[in-house]
Amino acid sequence: MTELLEVEDLVVELFDGAEWVRALDGVSFTVAPGEIVGFIGESGSGKSTAVNAVARLLPASARVSGSIRFDGRDVLAFRQRELARFRSEELGMVFQDPRASVNPVTTVGEYVTEGLRKTKRMPRAAAYARAEQLLGEVGIAEPAQRLAEYPHQLSGGMLQRAVIAAALSTDPRLMLADEATTALDVTRQAEIAAILRAATRGRGLGTIFITHDLELAGALCDRICVMYRGRIVEQLPAEELHGGAKHPYTLALLRSRPSIEERMPRLPTITAADREAFLTAPAVGADDAGEASASEASASEGGAR
Amino acid sequence: MPRFIAIRVLEGLATLLVSSFLIFGALYLAPGDPLSYLIGNRTLSDEAIAALREQYHLDDPFLVRWVAWLGDVLSGDLGRSITYRDDVLSLLGPRLATTTLLIAYALVVIVVIGVGLGIVAALSRRALSDVILAGTSIGVAIPSFVAASTLISVFAVGLGWFPAFGPGDGFLDRLYHLTLPVIALTLASGSYVIRVTRAALREEAARDQVKAAVARGLPRGTIIGRHILRNGLTPVATVVGLTLTSLIVGSVVVERAFALDGIGALLTEAVAKKDFGVVQAICLLLITAVVIVVLIVDVIQVVIDPRVRERQGIAA
Repeated sequence: MTELLEVEDLVVELFDGAEWVRALDGVSFTVAPGEIVGFIGESGSGKSTAVNAVARLLPASARVSGSIRFDGRDVLAFRQRELARFRSEELGMVFQDPRASVNPVTTVGEYVTEGLRKTKRMPRAAAYARAEQLLGEVGIAEPAQRLAEYPHQLSGGMLQRAVIAAALSTDPRLMLADEATTALDVTRQAEIAAILRAATRGRGLGTIFITHDLELAGALCDRICVMYRGRIVEQLPAEELHGGAKHPYTLALLRSRPSIEERMPRLPTITAADREAFLTAPAVGADDAGEASASEASASEGGAR
Repeated sequence: MPRFIAIRVLEGLATLLVSSFLIFGALYLAPGDPLSYLIGNRTLSDEAIAALREQYHLDDPFLVRWVAWLGDVLSGDLGRSITYRDDVLSLLGPRLATTTLLIAYALVVIVVIGVGLGIVAALSRRALSDVILAGTSIGVAIPSFVAASTLISVFAVGLGWFPAFGPGDGFLDRLYHLTLPVIALTLASGSYVIRVTRAALREEAARDQVKAAVARGLPRGTIIGRHILRNGLTPVATVVGLTLTSLIVGSVVVERAFALDGIGALLTEAVAKKDFGVVQAICLLLITAVVIVVLIVDVIQVVIDPRVRERQGIAA
C-alpha cells in the first residue's frame, strides 16, 4: 500500500518562555489512504504537536527537523502559497471544541461554505447546495435550515458534524481529528466516530484520530500509536491493543482503565520505577530500527520531554 | 428587531426625563440667585423685582416650574437667555453647527486613525506594534487642555501652520481651522481607542477559530477580515461609542481654548453668568446626544453579534 503521509524522525522543539522543550523526539509514522491511525497517550505526550506539525500550525518560533512527506511532497519545505493550497485542498481538520473552532458571529452556512467560496472560488449558491448535501451526509436533519442558523443554536454534537462537513467540503485526502470527540457526551462520541470512519472508508481518506479514550481508539482505528513524552513508544494494530500490547507504558495505560466487570480494591499507581521503565524500554512495533535507537539515545540523555 | 429598538428608545426617553429633572433641580442647588444677575448693579423697586420674578416664574413651586419647562421644551421652546436677551434656540442654532462639525471631524479621526492604527498594531510585527503602543501611552496621559495649549504654541504661534482660533468660513477652511482642536480633542481618546482595538484584535487572533481558519488554508485577507476584525468589532464599537460621548463633553474645554464659538463655549459662559435657560438647554442637548449615541451602539452590537441578539431575545 502506498502511503499518503510519511513522517520520519520528526523532532519539534518549542520555546515555553524560559527554555526549549523537546515536544517531539524522533517520531516516525505513516498513514495510508482509507486508514485510521489512532494516537493515544497522556496529555503533553505530543499527540497534538505531531498533528499540528503535519498541518504546519506550530508557532513560528518552533524548531522542526526530520521529514514530513505528503504524497511524496516535502511538507516542511512548502512556501506560503503551497502551504495554503496544501491546507485548503488536501487537509481537513477537526478540533476538540466545535464551539471554539467555529466563528460564532456568522451562520453555520457561512462557516461550512467558506472553504469552497474562498479557496475554490465556488459561487455562493453552488457552495450552499454542496454544503446542504454534506450536512445530509454527516447525518444532520433539515440541513437547509441548519445552514441558516448560528452556531450557538446547534447542539455540540450537531456543530461538530457541521465542522466535519466543512472539513470534507474541499475533498481533502488527509483528515486530522484532534480530540474531535472529547468534548461530546458518550453517545455523540460514538456517532462522530462512525461519521469519521464512514468518511475515511468511503472517500479513501487517511485519518489521524487523537483521543484519550482507549476503548474508542481500539474500536475505531486500524492502527494505534501510543505516545509518551514526545515519542511513539508502541505502534500496533488496533485489535491487538487489548491483549497484544507489549510496551510497559501501553500496559500501564490499559491498566489505568479498569474493566467494569472486575472488582478492584485499589487502582494501580505509577511509581518512579515505572516511569523509568517507560523511558528506557525500547519502542515496540516500529518498522525501522532507527527509531528505536533514536529513542534510546534520547532516553539516556534523560530530561527529554 | 423593531421591538428591541422600540424598547431601547423608551429607555432612552426615560433616561432623558430623569436627567431633565436632575438638570433642572441641580441649578437650584447651586449657590447664587438668577435674580441677582438679572438685577445686576441696578437698584430696582419691589414692584419691578416682583415683575421679574413673575416673568421668569421664580415664585412657582419647583415641580410646577419643571413641568412647565418640560412642556415648553417639548413644544420647541427652550426659553429665553437672561444674558443675551434672545431665544435659547436661536442662540444654539449657529453654534450647534460648529460643535457638530468639530465632533463629527473628531469621530472620523478616531475611527479612521484610532481604529486603523489599532488594527495595524494588532497585526503587525512586534517592533511597529511597540512603537504605536508607546505613542498611545503618552497620548492617553495628555489632557485636552494641555494638548490644546501646546498645539497652539507650537503649530499655530511657533510654526504658523494652522490658525490659532476661530471657526473659519466655508467647509474646507472650517476643517482647516478645526484641525488643531480635533487633534487636541482626540489625542487621549484616540490613543485609548488604539489600545482597546489592539487588545481586542489580539484576543480574537489568538482564538481557536482563527487557528481553524488558518488550518483551512483560507486567504490571509479572509482570516483578518472575517475572523479577526468582524469578531473584535464588538468591543471596539462600544468603546468608540463611549468615546463619542466623552468627545461631546470634552468639546467644552477645546472650544474654549481655541475660541470656537460652539455649544461648549456657550455653556461655560452661561454657567459663569447663571444663565439658567441656556445651561438647562445645553445640558439637555448633550444628554440627548449621549442617549442617541448609546442607542446607536446598542443597535450596532446587535447587528454585529448574533449572540447578543440571542441574549436580548430578538428574532433575527
